[in-house]
Amino acid sequence: MRKILSSRWTKPVLFLLCLMPLGALVWRYQHQDLGANPVEFITHATGDWTIRFLLITLSVTPLRKLFHQPPLARYRRMLGLFAFFYGCLHFLTWFSLDKSFDFAEMGKDVLKRRFIFVGMTALLLMVPLALTSTAGWVRRLGFVRWQRLHRLVYFSALAGTIHYFWLVKSDIRLPLLYFGIWTLLMIYRLMDWRRAQPRAERAKATTPSTAYLRD
Amino acid sequence: MLIRKPSDLPYSQVTPKNQYLNRRRFLAGSVALGALSALPEARANTKLTGVTKSPLSTNEPPTEYKYITGYNNFYEFGTDKGDPAQNAHKLKTSPWTVKIEGEVAKPKTLDLDAIFKIAPLEERIYRHRCVERWSMVIPWIGFPLNALLKQVEPTSKAKFVAFESLYDGKYMLSTFQAGISFPYVEGLRMDEAMHPLALLAVGLYGETLPNQDGAPFRLVVPWKYGYKSIKSIVKIRLVEKEPPTTWNLAASNEYGFYSNVNPEVDHPRWSQAKERRIPEFSMRPTVKFNGYGDQVAGLYTGMDLRKYH
Repeated sequence: MRKILSSRWTKPVLFLLCLMPLGALVWRYQHQDLGANPVEFITHATGDWTIRFLLITLSVTPLRKLFHQPPLARYRRMLGLFAFFYGCLHFLTWFSLDKSFDFAEMGKDVLKRRFIFVGMTALLLMVPLALTSTAGWVRRLGFVRWQRLHRLVYFSALAGTIHYFWLVKSDIRLPLLYFGIWTLLMIYRLMDWRRAQPRAERAKATTPSTAYLRD
Repeated sequence: MLIRKPSDLPYSQVTPKNQYLNRRRFLAGSVALGALSALPEARANTKLTGVTKSPLSTNEPPTEYKYITGYNNFYEFGTDKGDPAQNAHKLKTSPWTVKIEGEVAKPKTLDLDAIFKIAPLEERIYRHRCVERWSMVIPWIGFPLNALLKQVEPTSKAKFVAFESLYDGKYMLSTFQAGISFPYVEGLRMDEAMHPLALLAVGLYGETLPNQDGAPFRLVVPWKYGYKSIKSIVKIRLVEKEPPTTWNLAASNEYGFYSNVNPEVDHPRWSQAKERRIPEFSMRPTVKFNGYGDQVAGLYTGMDLRKYH
């Protein structure tokens, strides 16, 4: 398992896999197989994949720790960027085919309709994360600050799920499922921090004395 | 104007993809040719004869049959638009009875044969506007609802008409799964129900209704959002007070009793100013009362349509 995860081929393969939802849309478009309501189809597909990629990205760290697979961390950035990519496609579909590139109309909708407001929030929260996703930015910010900033992704995923929840007419099963997954991933993190906390406290408490000894 | 294919092949005989794929799988498994006769009968949509063309039809081109029968809101069979086409074959439309009761002098229970004989069948090509901002043009076959109502002789107490769909939890979604309560119920004010545009449809595109479109018979109220046009009706009750309606019960701020198509009154979550004609990409402006204002606006004079949405 670790061998596969560390192979230099795995990343390009995963990259192509992540492009498949888009590929499927293009293929369907070319074969006039987008159904009765093509715009709705594209909007739903890109929106679905945005939430899915956000949740997949949030699963990387728990899976890495639970299964002791450090190389999994290599894929986190790419998965996160794909969430942003599908989020942008989702936004552009709406902005072009629904709002006809009309900024005033868009602004009105964002302020007037809470599900659009919260969806826009989810997307905007991802912007700084995408911009600072490079190794250079990790260095510039320092790892601790960079990590703190990137915790925004928790809220982006939550906002995306609420966006979906507020948008459906009556069948809330799928948004509930996404919310459930998000909750589980957050519970894992809380428990993980709890576990790490006492160790950190102890380390802090002992630091001065050891420092003194070393001097 | 309906454009017929020269072969006059009924639309229902155009085998849906999933069905011929199933058939292939079936054939692959059966060696004996005789097994062919055991093939389950494809949902036979019967051709309707003696249908006259109504002057109330629009001359806009009808939406393709595959979209009218493949993109449906029929939550009893699933909440995805493609679900009803997949699952509605479970609906048994024969035998079928409908009860007409309540504030009437002559209550009736009709079977399928009697339903088809209530009045001469007409083809009416109507615009259909869904509350979700999509629309179609559908060549319905049916007769005016008022023809049926006149036969049961409503009393002076009959102020509203309440409709109820078939519900069978054995093969339909539960209320939890669909998020709306079943059986599906709808209603009209008496003058709306008596309006000549209000139709009881038994078919479309020259044939009996496919199950996913509300077989064996359903209501069509073309100036109201699609959810008012209740499917697969088993009960019609004339009543004195405004009856409960399913979507209004689910979210009263979003779906009112009247539900007239109105570009000026937003759904709380989206504007109703425009709509997308299936299967187009671009949007077109929505017209008040779905373009039937000349005929029906008089029903609502003096009413605040924002309040009574």
